[in-house]
This record gives sequence, structure tokens and C-alpha cells, in this order.
Amino acid sequence: MNILFSKISYLDPSAQKLSAGDVLVQDGVIADFGASLGRPDGVEVIEAPGAVLAPGLVDLRASLGEPGYEYRETIESAAEAAAFGGITTIAVLPDSAPVIDDPALVHLITTKGAQTGSLTLLPYGAATRGCRGEELAEYGLLKEAGAVAFTDGAKALGSSRLMRLALSYAAGFGARIVQHPEDVELAKGGAATAGARATWMGLPAIPAAAEAICVARDIRLAELSGGAVHFAHVTTAEALDLIRRAKERGLKVTCDTAPPYFDLNETAIGDYRTYAKLSPPLRAENDRLAVVAALKDGTIDAIASDHQPRDADDKRLPFADAAPGGAGLATLLGITLAQVQNGALTLTEALALLTAKPADWLGIKAGRIARGAIADLVLFDPERSWQVQSGKLPGKAQNTPFDGRAVEGVVLGTWKAGKRVFG
Amino acid sequence: MASFKHLLGIEGLNPVAVTNLLDLAESYALLNRSGKTQRDLLRGRTLINLFFEDSTRTRTSFELAGRRLGADVVNMSVATSSVTKGETLLDTAATLNAMNCDLLVVRHNRSGAPALLAQKVGASVINAGDGTHEHPTQALLDALTMRRNKGRISGLTVAICGDVAHSRVARSNILLLTMMGNFVRLIGPPTLVPGNIATSGVEVFHDMKKGLEGADIVMMLRLQKERMTGGLIPSMREFFAYYGLDRKKLSYAKPDALVLHPGPMNRGVEIDSAVADDAVRSRITEQVEMGVAVRMAVLDWLARGGVV
Repeated sequence: MNILFSKISYLDPSAQKLSAGDVLVQDGVIADFGASLGRPDGVEVIEAPGAVLAPGLVDLRASLGEPGYEYRETIESAAEAAAFGGITTIAVLPDSAPVIDDPALVHLITTKGAQTGSLTLLPYGAATRGCRGEELAEYGLLKEAGAVAFTDGAKALGSSRLMRLALSYAAGFGARIVQHPEDVELAKGGAATAGARATWMGLPAIPAAAEAICVARDIRLAELSGGAVHFAHVTTAEALDLIRRAKERGLKVTCDTAPPYFDLNETAIGDYRTYAKLSPPLRAENDRLAVVAALKDGTIDAIASDHQPRDADDKRLPFADAAPGGAGLATLLGITLAQVQNGALTLTEALALLTAKPADWLGIKAGRIARGAIADLVLFDPERSWQVQSGKLPGKAQNTPFDGRAVEGVVLGTWKAGKRVFG
Repeated sequence: MASFKHLLGIEGLNPVAVTNLLDLAESYALLNRSGKTQRDLLRGRTLINLFFEDSTRTRTSFELAGRRLGADVVNMSVATSSVTKGETLLDTAATLNAMNCDLLVVRHNRSGAPALLAQKVGASVINAGDGTHEHPTQALLDALTMRRNKGRISGLTVAICGDVAHSRVARSNILLLTMMGNFVRLIGPPTLVPGNIATSGVEVFHDMKKGLEGADIVMMLRLQKERMTGGLIPSMREFFAYYGLDRKKLSYAKPDALVLHPGPMNRGVEIDSAVADDAVRSRITEQVEMGVAVRMAVLDWLARGGVV
């Protein structure tokens, strides 16, 4: 099926700006775009005045529940949520059961993704066997099988020695280590960020400095080993400052964050709302503001959904016992666009953090509207709004920290290689 | 006019509600001393003591309070040793709903657990201590004891000493005492007194001599043995030397300063027996007596709709 998107705004990659006009998709690839492409024969015309056509979102970080936690989410149910959210590529965390620490399991995830017909899944390989933090996984074989980088998912690589070895060994294969940046000892047992709120609520707390301590150490280890480190879901002003300075010094350091960390602060856990219990925890307002500033100045390389599916039994517990993590696929675009509406980011900046930048990081050709590029696309109306409601989200996972929130930016349609998969 | 369905904490109460509760409790204290009862007030109502954590003292106090007002009292102790304690909590809530319980007294080792239950049960939930969060009836009985002895519950200087970080008694007391216009001093080693707990009307000290100066009330907190194994303090001996209340340290407070302790006491750890058993200075047994009166007041108040 050939499609002509007519009279829309689209993200022009050459100028990094929005252009008004048409985009033509033929045989699953972007054939042409420009101010007006006329009406070629045999095309489905999609006219959507006011809507924006962007590359399908590239999500740098999500857990999908499968294999091992299918009661929380399956790849199929995640694909449904992703299509609703305009996401066409997901880098999948390896801390499933079994852990993705074997080439055959890398193939399994890739194949399962292809089977959805709507989603490309790019597996992370485990940084250590079984994500146990003891011995290195087989980075060479895993990378050859398709692993995009190496991480222990929601667990930090705590040992300095092991982190040094991982960075050093991965560098030999040109691979990155992705760290959950949290000093393991300081974070142990913690359920909220340290501060007056956690103290009054009587919750075990994790100091914000636990993040900076880990980041400072790993930057130093990256320098020592010549390796490349990526810090996932960075949440604090102090850690972002360290990363900013490391980048200025030309070190191989990158990072991402997730919507809760620039949209919410620690007050969201009031009344012991376990859906707002995340790892790392929601921080103080000054940290939230620092994350917004780092999105703007380029310190942060990508916005990831950090999708962590949990079911009711994981969450309907006393706060300290509840599993951390929030569903994020359906809300990735909408919550990010809130930073455009409030003037913190331009639309092109926001979309680049969701498309071209994570695609570049992953080394894939997605994330652009370019002639000959695979037609992974999302068409959304930035003016229309919808309400996030736990229980009514697409997919299985309903544990959104944004429950009840009105967001602007409705996805009208999602296309995977020119095939409509949503809307 | 406001009405309260539950008593989950001092937070959310206002000075009028606190004063009314203390007045009501005072009348029950007199009634209890007279040996009379009011068994018609809660006749036909069911009170369930749901304790996920051992506590003979608080449970007995609520039990007596309920019985003296004529309620049918049932005690339920739930073991928390298994990892499934969370499921037990909500399963228990469903069971209690089916039994049509009116008043549910909950103690749990996790902060926020009574609040979670309150969302799921039809009964009025009374927090009898949740994790390191709140213990509102303890703060009320402490306030009643102070008011009876000092003639007021405002303008007092109250020193709360010891393991403030892990104390729900301390949190509820700080909230109540500052709300009523008292001055609160928190005294303990930095590892046991979170700096960020200081709000308006609250000062933190790490030295008993400075902290106790001019205090009207010295409230000692229980020190759990886990604080040693957790490395927060090096030894009981050192803790007692610097923060244990003995006659010498008590002499730093006002000459008529009174000593409180929520119990059970660790004699020789946070308090010396000579002080604990001093009939002139210690009000520890009176606290226990007031505990029953305060709990009668809370049960009576909530059963009548919690109107302020």
C-alpha cells in the first residue's frame, strides 16, 4: 500500500525543523517529501491538517515482561501499547526470566518483535551472566547475535572492579555498558528519595547523592578503561553536572532520562501511591528542573519510556513492599510534549530526543524522515488531549504514575514499514 | 464542621479536634478511676484489633477501651514472617469487610499500611502504629499526660530523645506538639536524628546537656537492638553514656521536668531505673493509664462520626 500524507507538518531531517507539505510512502519506504507532491495514482491519501508526522519513536529502554513475567506484560500486549504511543522500535532490557545472556535468547527477542508486525525489538545483552553481577556475559557472541549494548537492567553494576572489567572488555567489541546509576549500598532497601517527605512518611530513603556517587565512579572508570558508559534514567542535578563535564572533556559518556523524572517530583508519592514508586525514586523539585534543563542543553541524549510493567499484586502493597516501576509506553509522547507546551523544549528538540538521537545511539537507520528510509511513522495531533487512566491504557500494564493526568498530543496513526498498525 | 472516618495519624487533625479528644479522654480518665463504665456507648459494635506486629501493651489498651464502652472486641494477630505479608493485608481486609466490623485497630510494621487498609475496608481504621510513620493515640495520650501535669498543652518545651529516625511515636508527637504551639527539641546522635525532620518549632541537638536545658518534659524513645547491628551506633554502652537518661542528665532540664517513655523500656540503655521509677519525676505509669482513656475517647468519637 502506498500512502500520501497530505497537508501535514513533518519533521524535516536536513533542517531539523518542521516543514509543511506532503510525505509519500511507497513499498514501505519514504519515497519523497516536499511542499506539494500532487496526487500520484494508486495512493491512499491521508489528510490531517494541523497534525504532525514524525518518525516512529525509538524507545531506548523498556522491560516487556516476556519471557518470564507474562502476567505483567507480553510482547504482544506491549506492542499494542507501543503502537498507541507511536513507538515503532524498542531496546529491550535483559533482566527477564531467563536473563538475555545467551545468543539464542537475543534471537528469540528479535524474532518475537518481528512477529508482532508492528514493532522492532532490539535486545540489550546482560552485562553479567544472569544479571547476577558476578561474571561478565559473552559480549562478542551476544553482539554478533544482535545485542545493542550491555546492562544488568534495573540492577546497578555495584562492584568497581567488575564495572572496570565490563567497560574495558566491551570496548574491545566497540560496545557500551549501560548503568542503572545507583550506589548499591546507599540505595539498599530504599523506597523514596531522601528528604523531609520520606522522613515524615516514615519511608526508607535513598539519598540523591547515591546517583552522583555511582556516576562519578563510572565516569572515572570509563576514563581508566577507555570504555563507553551510558547512564540510564538519570534523575539528579548533581549527576547531570558530572555527565555534562565528562562530555565536555570528550569522554565516551552518554545518558537518558524518562518522563516521570522531568514531569513529576517526590510529591507524587503522597498518600503512599505505589504507582509513583519508581527506581530510581522520584526526586525533589530542583532535581526535576535540572533534568528539564539537561534535556534542553543536550546533556541528555534520549528520552526513554523506562516502561516497567507491574500488575495489581505487585503494587497493592504497603509502599516499602511494593515493586518499583511505572508503565510508560502509552504516555512517552504525551508527557514529553508537555515540555513543548510549557515552552521548555521546541517540538523538534523534543522529537529528536524520541527519534533521531536514540536511533543514532543505537546505530540504526530509524528515527528520520529521509528518502529511502523505512516508513516507520507516527502521525499525531499536538492540540488534541486525552486523559491517562489506569485500567484503560492499551496493553496489559496499567501501573502508570500519570494516572488521572490530562495530556496533549493524540496519536492518530502509527505505521510500521508503511503498514498501518494503529489508528 | 469536618468529620473524620479514620484516625490514621496526627497529620490531618486540627487543634480543635485534638482539644476535643483530650477533653473527652479526660472525662474517661475520671470515669475509669471512679470504677464506673459506659457499656451502652458501643453496644453491638465490633472492634477488631488487627496486629501484624507484636504489642501486648497497645493491644491490651485498645481491648480494655473497647470493652469498657461495651463493644465486642476481637483480637487478631497475623504473622508477618512470610514474604506474602502484603497479600495477607488485603486478603484480611476482604475478610473483615465480610464480618461487618465497625472499628478496626491496626498495627503494621510498614509505613502506610493502615492507610492502604482504610481504602479497602468499610470500618473506621485506627492506626495503632505503622512502621516508622505515625502512632497517633500514643501522641494523644502523651499530650493528655502532659496537660494533666502541667495544666496546659501549649508553650511547653518538650525534649524527645534517642532514636527519632525510626520512631513513629516521635513523628506523631512532633506533629501534635508543634500544632498545639509547643517547642520541640530532638536529641540524639546524627545517625538517629534526621536533619530534615526539623520544621518550624523544632530544633535538633546532639548533646543532652544543651538539648535538655529548660525542658518541661523529657520524652525518651525506645532504642531497638537492630540499630546496633545496622551500625547506626557502635554500642549500647556508648549510647547510654551520651544519650541515656540518668539523674545527672535529667538535672540539665527544669527542676520540675517530667519524664515520659512510650514503653516498653530498655532499662540501662535509654533510661536508668533510678529515673524510670522516680515517683516524683516519672509519669510513665500514668501514660499507660491515660492510654486507655485516650483510646476510649478515640473509639467513642469515631463511632459517633468523628465530627469536629
